[in-house]
Amino acid sequence: MTCPPAALFLRDLALARSGGAGLGVVFFLLVVTLTPFAVGPDLALLGRIGPAILWLGALLATLLGLDRLLQADHEDGGLDLIFLAPAPFELMIGAKILAHWTTTCLPLVIAAPLFGMMLDVGPETTLRVALALLVGTPALACLGTVGAALTVGLRRGGLLAPVLILPLSVPVLIFGVAACDPGRDVTGPMSALVGLALVYGVLGPIAAGATLRLLRE
Amino acid sequence: MRLVAEALTVARGGTVILENVVFAVESGGALSVIGPNGAGKSTLLRSIAGLLPPLSGEVRLEGADNDAPPRESMHLLGHLDAVKSGLSVRRNLIFARDALGGEGGVSSALDRVGLGSLEELPGSALSAGQKRRLALARLLCAPRPIWLLDEPTAALDIRGQALLSELVEEHRKAGGMVIAATHADLAFGRGATLDLGLASRSVPAEVDIDA
Repeated sequence: MTCPPAALFLRDLALARSGGAGLGVVFFLLVVTLTPFAVGPDLALLGRIGPAILWLGALLATLLGLDRLLQADHEDGGLDLIFLAPAPFELMIGAKILAHWTTTCLPLVIAAPLFGMMLDVGPETTLRVALALLVGTPALACLGTVGAALTVGLRRGGLLAPVLILPLSVPVLIFGVAACDPGRDVTGPMSALVGLALVYGVLGPIAAGATLRLLRE
Repeated sequence: MRLVAEALTVARGGTVILENVVFAVESGGALSVIGPNGAGKSTLLRSIAGLLPPLSGEVRLEGADNDAPPRESMHLLGHLDAVKSGLSVRRNLIFARDALGGEGGVSSALDRVGLGSLEELPGSALSAGQKRRLALARLLCAPRPIWLLDEPTAALDIRGQALLSELVEEHRKAGGMVIAATHADLAFGRGATLDLGLASRSVPAEVDIDA
């Protein structure tokens, strides 16, 4: 028998496989592909702004699946089932966040080095981008889940969630891009990213859980 | 084991829906919750399950073997069946069983509710009645002593309703409790009736709720 959080994690992985999990990577690719058309064929410029473009693309790509992250469970009664599990509700929400990160954010982390080459980003910088995304995207996944919880049940929730989340994502974006700069010591920005990931990792499930509890009332 | 509600007052959206609801159900007992639309039948079941915290009063489980929250002893079969379209019938049930901490056999539960031949069918291919049967299978493969059934006969055909009555009867004989918001006779025998359309909203003292 699988423990309840693990069961939820595995179920969400299976649902993502059957429901277009690769959409985020396609969107990420489109952002990276369109950038040279917008800024021109200046390779030096592309190489310089490449990490920022990769981070922006990844940030926007993480928002794509938010409208269905909790909405589907809300609509079909799945949230009630999750609530009745013999595990803390917040832990179950944590399992959903982990599944969301695994299916939405992890592919972006893996794709980032490949897309970095398209922007003429150097190998060392590309590695830093991937590492920064690996550390920073869990914070984005947690923020996204809180936003999804706040807007679940609303008719235009899919549009409202990103509006709520993007301002809160700015610190992650700032430190994420700073951690990719090859000309500086990245210990500070990377430590800040780790800190944000840990804080959001703890507060995210609690905030989303509390929001969903209030929603039931 | 005994499930007790004392002076239960529940609100939704700032409006009091239920006020001073009182009842007690013993092991093997049943409570039929009736009342007009909007009387608060679903609200009561959701409150018992812990999904809606009461404004005042309490629901408590007496004589339980452990200190786990009462919700862990309850199944709530609501209006929504929690069937995922993208998963097979079998995968849907495996998830529900594991999420609810059950250890029952999935295949035997599906056979019992008449879905044994549809194991590999995606949830999207099921009719409303079949989804209801799949929800009933959850009760079997993750056994819990208290069943909260909200209009459980909805979408079920005559044979489905007969199956439900059988399951309820077996559950009660095994010492389980059933609280149902329903207009159908679910083999409740001498179970009590709680009419939310009445002002008192309590189970009359003279009604035997043990059987």
